[in-house]
Amino acid sequence: MNQKNTLTLHQTMLRAAGLLSLFVVLSVALLMAINWFTQPKIIEAERQALLQLINQVMPAETYNNDLLADVRFVTEPDFLGSPEPMAIYRARLNNQPAGLVLQTIAPNGYSGNIHILVGVLPDGRVSGVRVLKHRETPGLGDKIELRKTDWILSFNGKSLTEQNANRWAVKRDRGEFDQFTGATITPRAVVGAVRKTLDYVNQQGVALYD
Amino acid sequence: MTNITTAKQTLTGKWQAYQEIAQKGLWNNNQALVALLGLCPLLAVTNNSVNGLGLGLATMAVLLTSNILVSLIRDFVPSEIRIPVFIAIIACAVTIIDMLMQAYFYTLHGILGIFIPLIVTNCAILARAESFASKNPLDKSIVDAVFIGIGFTAVLVVLGGLRELIGNGTLFDQAWLLFGDGAQSWTIHLSDAYNPVLLAILPPGAFIGLGLLIALKNVVDAKVKKPSLVDIPVEVKTAS
Repeated sequence: MNQKNTLTLHQTMLRAAGLLSLFVVLSVALLMAINWFTQPKIIEAERQALLQLINQVMPAETYNNDLLADVRFVTEPDFLGSPEPMAIYRARLNNQPAGLVLQTIAPNGYSGNIHILVGVLPDGRVSGVRVLKHRETPGLGDKIELRKTDWILSFNGKSLTEQNANRWAVKRDRGEFDQFTGATITPRAVVGAVRKTLDYVNQQGVALYD
Repeated sequence: MTNITTAKQTLTGKWQAYQEIAQKGLWNNNQALVALLGLCPLLAVTNNSVNGLGLGLATMAVLLTSNILVSLIRDFVPSEIRIPVFIAIIACAVTIIDMLMQAYFYTLHGILGIFIPLIVTNCAILARAESFASKNPLDKSIVDAVFIGIGFTAVLVVLGGLRELIGNGTLFDQAWLLFGDGAQSWTIHLSDAYNPVLLAILPPGAFIGLGLLIALKNVVDAKVKKPSLVDIPVEVKTAS
């Protein structure tokens, strides 16, 4: 009688374990199927999102190469603000250099890193700057986003030369870029990061297109 | 003849049961305002009505999937392993919705980001699986999931809308993330003269806003209850 009871318990446990395994196997199979189905769509969506961002700083009509494939990664913590490799996309029109799109980070924002995309034309002028990701204070520091104010457009067409290097700062630091009321640190960080990026591009020159 | 009447009776009985479930999900047992479940994502994403709607719909989809599956298997799963099985179902549903959102609403997924996987830990879903779907037939479980989901989503949208209106001076900003390019013009702007109260979209605004919503619900409940409270003594008098 006792033995029969343990056997039943044993059987119950086996049955429970079997059922649980069955459920897990079914779940995993379902997940694999959905993953197989959505993976290509997700990769395509990622590409489109990235390309759309890049085209904001480097207009699509100015180049005709496959920009996302023409990428080079450089590790320049002093210039691009991150110890990680950063992407440089090279735009070309009929195989002639048409511009660079650099990923950079302003590590000195008010709350953490500000991820920035900078487009630079072959003659050194800025074709556009956009903030990709930041955690600045809503309503104050987030004016660096284009959907809040068009401050970020004030970089357009500017270039960095030895003569104007000290003008690359916010007004409080005797530069020519506006700061925001109540938020100086954020624009100062962005201006600094863009300036360092241009500095890097000027130093490297056409070698970046190789 | 009697058959038809009994069928009619069961049908009306069913409708009554559905109505009761709906009322509980939307109001009496609202997961956000009464049960106070799933508050972490609720407080975090509601700085904007569209974000609230996005997370609400995702939560509702998970809830519906999990309630349906749990209700279907409720007779086969021994009670010792029911919780791990529920969790496997919920985690699976959340991962599927996460992947589908990434594929079809990529930008919105970028904003709601970490809160989608966190739906797994939303106690509201496990609570419905354990306390409702595992004890009720499929039809009732579906009704329960839909109305609990609508109740939760409504709170997310109202809280998000309030915070967005006060803290940003807009309503339905970024609706195109959810509804496509046609929704570009849906954003309602208050006049430019309005000075946004930042506090509302900062984290404290979430707590204050939710507190006010709960208070409002209690006020409404008290107002509705009052007449019946007056009625009761009268009834007692006539009885004695």
